[in-house]
Amino acid sequence: MSNSSIEKNMANAEKPETRDEFNVEIDGTVGSPFVDNPKMSSRNCDVFYADKQAIFNVNLDIAKHEIIAMIGPSGCGKSTYLRVLNRMNDTIPICRVTGEHTLDGEDIYAKNQDPVLLRARVGMVFQKPNPFPKSIYDNVAYGARLHGLAANRSELDDLVEASLIKAGLFKEVKDDLLKPGTGLSGGQQQRLCIARAIAVDPEVILMDEPTSALDPIATALIEELMDELKANYTIAIVTHSMQQAARVSQRTAYFHMGHLVEVNDTKTVFTNPEHKLTENYITGRFG
Amino acid sequence: MSISEKSASTQKIQAGLKRRYAKEKRFRLYGIISLIISFAFLLVLLTTIVSKGLPAFQQTYIKIDVTLDQADLGVDKNASEDELFSAPYSKTVKNSLKAMFPDAHGRKQKRALKNLVSKSAAYELRDKVIQDPSILGTTQTFWFLAKDDVDVFMKGGIDRKLPESERRIKDYQLAWIDQLIKEDRLEKRFNTVLFTAGDSREPEQAGMKGAIIGSLLTMLVTILLSFPIAVATAAYLEEFAPQNNRWVDLIEININNLAAVPSIVFGLLGLAVYINIFGIPRSTPLVGGLVLTLMTLPTIIIASRAAIKSVPPSIKEAAIGLGASPVQVLFQHTLPLAMPGILTGTIIGMAQALGETAPLLMIGMVAFVSDIPGGIFDPSTVMPVQIYLWSDSPERAFTERTSAAIMILLGFLVLMNLIAITLRKRFEKKW
Repeated sequence: MSNSSIEKNMANAEKPETRDEFNVEIDGTVGSPFVDNPKMSSRNCDVFYADKQAIFNVNLDIAKHEIIAMIGPSGCGKSTYLRVLNRMNDTIPICRVTGEHTLDGEDIYAKNQDPVLLRARVGMVFQKPNPFPKSIYDNVAYGARLHGLAANRSELDDLVEASLIKAGLFKEVKDDLLKPGTGLSGGQQQRLCIARAIAVDPEVILMDEPTSALDPIATALIEELMDELKANYTIAIVTHSMQQAARVSQRTAYFHMGHLVEVNDTKTVFTNPEHKLTENYITGRFG
Repeated sequence: MSISEKSASTQKIQAGLKRRYAKEKRFRLYGIISLIISFAFLLVLLTTIVSKGLPAFQQTYIKIDVTLDQADLGVDKNASEDELFSAPYSKTVKNSLKAMFPDAHGRKQKRALKNLVSKSAAYELRDKVIQDPSILGTTQTFWFLAKDDVDVFMKGGIDRKLPESERRIKDYQLAWIDQLIKEDRLEKRFNTVLFTAGDSREPEQAGMKGAIIGSLLTMLVTILLSFPIAVATAAYLEEFAPQNNRWVDLIEININNLAAVPSIVFGLLGLAVYINIFGIPRSTPLVGGLVLTLMTLPTIIIASRAAIKSVPPSIKEAAIGLGASPVQVLFQHTLPLAMPGILTGTIIGMAQALGETAPLLMIGMVAFVSDIPGGIFDPSTVMPVQIYLWSDSPERAFTERTSAAIMILLGFLVLMNLIAITLRKRFEKKW
């Protein structure tokens, strides 16, 4: 190796990055964040971690039986917002959520709202597949057992089978239901987690970068699955992949530094974005 | 590629490589040396203990023909049990020995003759007669425990070549023993007394059973109290306690400091609080267990907290996301996954408690207790204290018994570790 190539690399690294695209005023949300008769909605949502504000005045509606994608650069608050919707942030002691949040018009942060019930209605699939260290069967049956959804063993068997079929995993695992869920491949594990979430029969499924740990084939399977699930469930998905957002969602919300910058039809966002920041992001100038 | 063609940094790296490898090699060597040294120490320790202690697992017995003379005993076959109980059997044993060795003369020799067999011979005889009074008036052959001096001599602990004045066994005693050996009246058997009897001032009658039972009862009290309290504390501090709260911080600091408190301080505390204020009886496994609980708690709490902390948060989130309540998450996911670590901490704490002596001295468990404790309210002693007591006794035969007791204690520690490993394996098997 010659000295010159090293020098060249170093020169590249030292080149100051231009971040002009970054310094654009954000003034409210452009596009169409509101819909008629929404499944879930947020008004004036602020989220604080101790003194640091993570989300600024987010107003958003999620329509029934749609897939809404939330995109944006790392640390923009999209995952934090997702966790507002099923009160997962309650588990972080320093996190404080304000604003109005409703599910079917019902205040989900009301004093008499039970977070346990809410999480049964608003299920969640996480970034990293996280099956319990139990059998495949027990993984899927966990939520049903927790909430007493099945009256007897045969009902539970049916529920587990139905959930696995819906998650497109049944064919692959039907002979291994008693084997550990952690022994499956990454993609299968994630579908197992989806089966586990839909076994509780939620109304909304929140997905936090569900395919970021998976290979393209497993990703494609899960995207297909989401398209099928849309008929029965409302889905909000956070993703880093703009292609994925374009493929699966009907609407797309773009988050930037804690602000909800733009919400529009997915097609509009990716072909004709209204906001300069959105354009910069989807054209790959940062993120 | 020649050296001149290589870049400056490559040359620098190459120049340093040799030194780096040499350093690595040196470090590995240090590690091996220290390993060898520690193994050597362990080996020395174990061989001394085993070579000293092994003889104690054997005990010499003497065969004696006993003539149960009714006139001597002052009872006959129709006597009541009370009369049989209080008859002078030691006289019978003495007379039987005299009959075997009629050459013994003078008070000193007669006493020495009596001391060939253990004092327990009279009690054994009494029990035999009470069991079957029809043997009164007959001559029976019995195997009795030999006195500790005879036992030590038989195991080679006394050198017969020494001048008589320097030897615990005199020439006339040697003659008797030689005669007994010739008549096949001396026999070494497995020392069951060591496991079936309580403590005694007579080495040949002293056993570990009282201490073993005492230790087990104390451990039972300790584990029943410390395990649930420690796990609950750890779970609360990790999962439920408010973070960045001054009181919680204070409690944490105190728990960590408690782990470093010298154990004798816990003994003083137990003496002052449990015995003087609450009036719990002294020397009992209950108060011993309570004191050892204090001592074990920080160990188990710290280990449990580390184990609970290492449970992947993704599992907890998954359960919360499905609508599990915090308590359900704790009992269905966090604790089962943390259990191997918690058990390891518990066993370390219990092993520490099993070998603890100092705090138990403070609460009176050092008392001489010859009865085997029947419950947690009976006075008793524990294995390490028993070792301490025996090591303090001047009799030669107690030296080997001390080492044997150490072997038994080590055996129990190994057993506990085996249980811990098995439990760990079982919990970890759940993938």
